[in-house]
Amino acid sequence: MGFTLEDMNNMYIDVLKEIGNIGSGNAASALAKMIQKRIDMDVPNVRLLSFDDVSGVLGGEEMVVAGIYFQVEGDIDGNIMFLLDISSSKILTSMLMGRSEHTGELDEMDRSALQEIGNILSGSYICSLSALTGLNIKLSVPSLCIDMAGAILSVPAIQFSQTFDKVLLIETVLTEGDTLVKGNFFLMPDTDSFEKLLSSLGVYR
Amino acid sequence: MQNMIKVGMADLKVVKEPDALTTLGLGSCVGIAIYDNLKKIAGLAHIMLPDSTLIKNNANKAKFADTAIEIMIDEMIKQGASMSRMTAKITGGSQMFSFGNGSSDLMKIGYRNTVATKEILGKLNIPILAEDTGGNHGRTIEFYSVNGDLQVKTIGHGIKII
Repeated sequence: MGFTLEDMNNMYIDVLKEIGNIGSGNAASALAKMIQKRIDMDVPNVRLLSFDDVSGVLGGEEMVVAGIYFQVEGDIDGNIMFLLDISSSKILTSMLMGRSEHTGELDEMDRSALQEIGNILSGSYICSLSALTGLNIKLSVPSLCIDMAGAILSVPAIQFSQTFDKVLLIETVLTEGDTLVKGNFFLMPDTDSFEKLLSSLGVYR
Repeated sequence: MQNMIKVGMADLKVVKEPDALTTLGLGSCVGIAIYDNLKKIAGLAHIMLPDSTLIKNNANKAKFADTAIEIMIDEMIKQGASMSRMTAKITGGSQMFSFGNGSSDLMKIGYRNTVATKEILGKLNIPILAEDTGGNHGRTIEFYSVNGDLQVKTIGHGIKII
């Protein structure tokens, strides 16, 4: 019996949100160590979105955003994407490189910093997922793309669409002092992995 | 008054002169624009996957190249178009992300969508007049029923009409 959208009830969402909270705790301390400032990270929202609503989250299909994409391997297969709008990307890279403000275009250094930030955040999420489930989960190197939100989101949407008509979005908020940065995680295990994941967490037979 | 009608992801629409169709932020998906020049009837499909027969979750026919083209042509014929006059233009099919270790099937989905679209149009004898496919960037397209022009906008790769 396959896993269907109808099975994706609130309990699963709560579990995934909790994993997000734990993972974000790890991520915040990893980032804080790197930039030597206190960082708080929060997961205010986990939700299932249909294709049409996905890009609206980021300000429309044509809004330019940064997407950092990872392949997930090991006991489960799938992908993770971390998405940031451009102003958040600039704030984060400036934090990481100790600059006061970022003006102008994102350059090679910024791109590499963004991949590193994506690495830390996704790595932390995967670590907590792995610890909680006892599954062996590995992340690939990051791949970065800065382009229209719709185009970037077509990649997870296509992958998700093979099993569901919805995408699982985990919103994250990073705060450092008065600075607030919003990021969005898309978690996309393949169907079998979803079952494995949830049964490892004790919420799916 | 010309209306600009939006076609979402896994969606398709058919319009008559003078209306136009648009789809925003095409990535690995493919935009299939079919036109009847005499009747000025334009159809645009935004497909996500190449083949409905390979996927269990295939209720939404506009999601797949094979079923989307089929129902779009039916709809165009219903509105007065003739299949013998239909021509096509295709865009999209980008590879937005790449991983060094040889790309997985998922990463190549844009290419597979493009290939499947061409095959299906070929089987139906619908000539492809122009295409702007592949690469690693997004595209916003506008398709005009007045003359069959397809405008392609990108971030950092210019704007053109095919």
